[in-house]
Amino acid sequence: METDTTFMPAAIGSSRSRRSAGDVIFAAAARSLGCFVLLLLGAIILSLFVGGLPSFRAFGFGFLWDVSWDPVKQHFGAGVPVFGTLVTSLLALVMAVPLAFGIAFYLTEVAPDWFRRPVGIAVELLAAVPSIIYGMWGFFVIVPIMGQYVMPFLGDTFADWPILGTLFGGAPFGTGILTAAMVLAVMVIPFIAATMRDVFMTVPPVFKESAYGVGCTTWEVMRSIVIPYTRVSVVGGIMLGLGRALGETMAVTFVIGNANRIASSLFDPGNTIASIVALEFPESPAGSLKLSSLLALGFILFVISFIVLAISRMLLRPRSA
Amino acid sequence: MSATMMPGTVPARDVRLAERLSRRRKFIDRIVKLLCIVATVIGLALLASILFTLLWRGASSLGLHVFTNITRPPGSHGGLLNAIVGSLIQTLVGTMIGTPIGLMVGTYLAEYARDSTLGNVVRFVSDVLLSAPSILIGLFVYTILVEPFGGFSGIAGCVALAVIVIPIVVRTTEDMLQLIPTSLREAAVALGAPKWRMIVFVCYRAARDGIATGVLLAIARVAGETAPLLFTSLGNLNWSVSLTQPMASLPVTIYQYAGSAFDDWVDLAWAGALLITFGVLALNIVARVVLRPRS
Repeated sequence: METDTTFMPAAIGSSRSRRSAGDVIFAAAARSLGCFVLLLLGAIILSLFVGGLPSFRAFGFGFLWDVSWDPVKQHFGAGVPVFGTLVTSLLALVMAVPLAFGIAFYLTEVAPDWFRRPVGIAVELLAAVPSIIYGMWGFFVIVPIMGQYVMPFLGDTFADWPILGTLFGGAPFGTGILTAAMVLAVMVIPFIAATMRDVFMTVPPVFKESAYGVGCTTWEVMRSIVIPYTRVSVVGGIMLGLGRALGETMAVTFVIGNANRIASSLFDPGNTIASIVALEFPESPAGSLKLSSLLALGFILFVISFIVLAISRMLLRPRSA
Repeated sequence: MSATMMPGTVPARDVRLAERLSRRRKFIDRIVKLLCIVATVIGLALLASILFTLLWRGASSLGLHVFTNITRPPGSHGGLLNAIVGSLIQTLVGTMIGTPIGLMVGTYLAEYARDSTLGNVVRFVSDVLLSAPSILIGLFVYTILVEPFGGFSGIAGCVALAVIVIPIVVRTTEDMLQLIPTSLREAAVALGAPKWRMIVFVCYRAARDGIATGVLLAIARVAGETAPLLFTSLGNLNWSVSLTQPMASLPVTIYQYAGSAFDDWVDLAWAGALLITFGVLALNIVARVVLRPRS
């Protein structure tokens, strides 16, 4: 079934049969490790589901949108962290993708040649900074700026607007959903930008030169040549960023404010699935209903990640065909 | 048609239209370029802000005691030695477990199963694992290695980090192998090389820089991972290099100390943050400079 043997003529000498033995072993190893990855994902899903089963049994499907989280009454629901996870991640992507695209575009087409390498390395360094550092930086640098300047400004400016007034209302503590989304955005920008830059550079120069040759501007080359050529990988890069944002734990835990209620304002504190799991896990003994609820939350987070990925792939399919 | 070939007969209206269109296109181009420069400046400013904050808060608390003393109660001049050693052990073992697996899976996807159903499924699953939140991998390893065996352990931390390494290496390996021109493979096969020799001696060699960069990025990623270790190796305030005992790590210690109310613990957290960040960044710079000597 494997194509690797089709290259080979029938084994004649001893050296040939030795070679094809190497081929068989190498192919089998590659293939079985590929299957191992499938088993790994299955094991992760199964372990989270089985771990969360007592909680699903106790609360039923209502667990998904139940907004109470009450350790005293032993009543747990996933509504608040699911809401927080989706809102912070989507806000973060809205902020991060245009910036990341701009950086990647600058690095591949606009910047002078001598400047590309140092800036490219700087972006890669930003991507390499561990998430806990973003958390500390967010807590000690961004939170004061948000609390003293940005939040009061936004609150005053949009106070009388119909929807924005609510979104930017509330007490400007500096922490909260908007701050978490911003720190998340800062975290995923370099990831998305570095990936986009790498794939933009895989475009054969002759394509771009042809476009420049018929008089396209730099932006037109980008829009009509580079992006169509690389769109699959570009979305792959954005997925990489979204994956980080959805499940990012440490950076969010520092700045989101840790409150288990649905926020009406972007300044309100909240929780994401990842942050509540990290914060509540130490007080959840093995075998408790609370630990089971945390594992159930993990299962939900996994399902959300899975759906996001599946949708991205479906969006990609008709265009890449 | 023939009239438009002669410049003298083009209507003035068309010339004006062409000029306006050209100005508009150049204007849009200039605006987009300007926005890109602004985006890049913002990105660089963010990096500068993080590094400056780390240097400002971390350098003042960095001293020899950080490397010679282990973690101690507040006020007793503790260091981070056990956390540093624990981080090194877990990162190295995790990478050593994860890299070969990831490399082989990436090879399988690029060389054996480009269009097969199984290959597509493996590729999809690897992508899911790539975006799978690391905290879930921590929970997973908790349910298979911590709960059944009755305790947190360093090896559980290593396994969690290995699970994170695998899909990163898979993705970069496959991407890099796919960039290799088919003619290179055909040349190897035409010389009589069996497929595995073609892969190991031609494809790996051609993709070496990219794969190595992927592995280094994976190391950089897991060296700073905190969330999966919270549920697996837990952290350890005493000296321990045993893989069967809870093991300290720099990120978890930073997490515990940064949120504490003791000034000397917060200072140590900043010192640790400075260490881990510059360690990871140095690793990255080495990857760029040493692995890609071409200008």
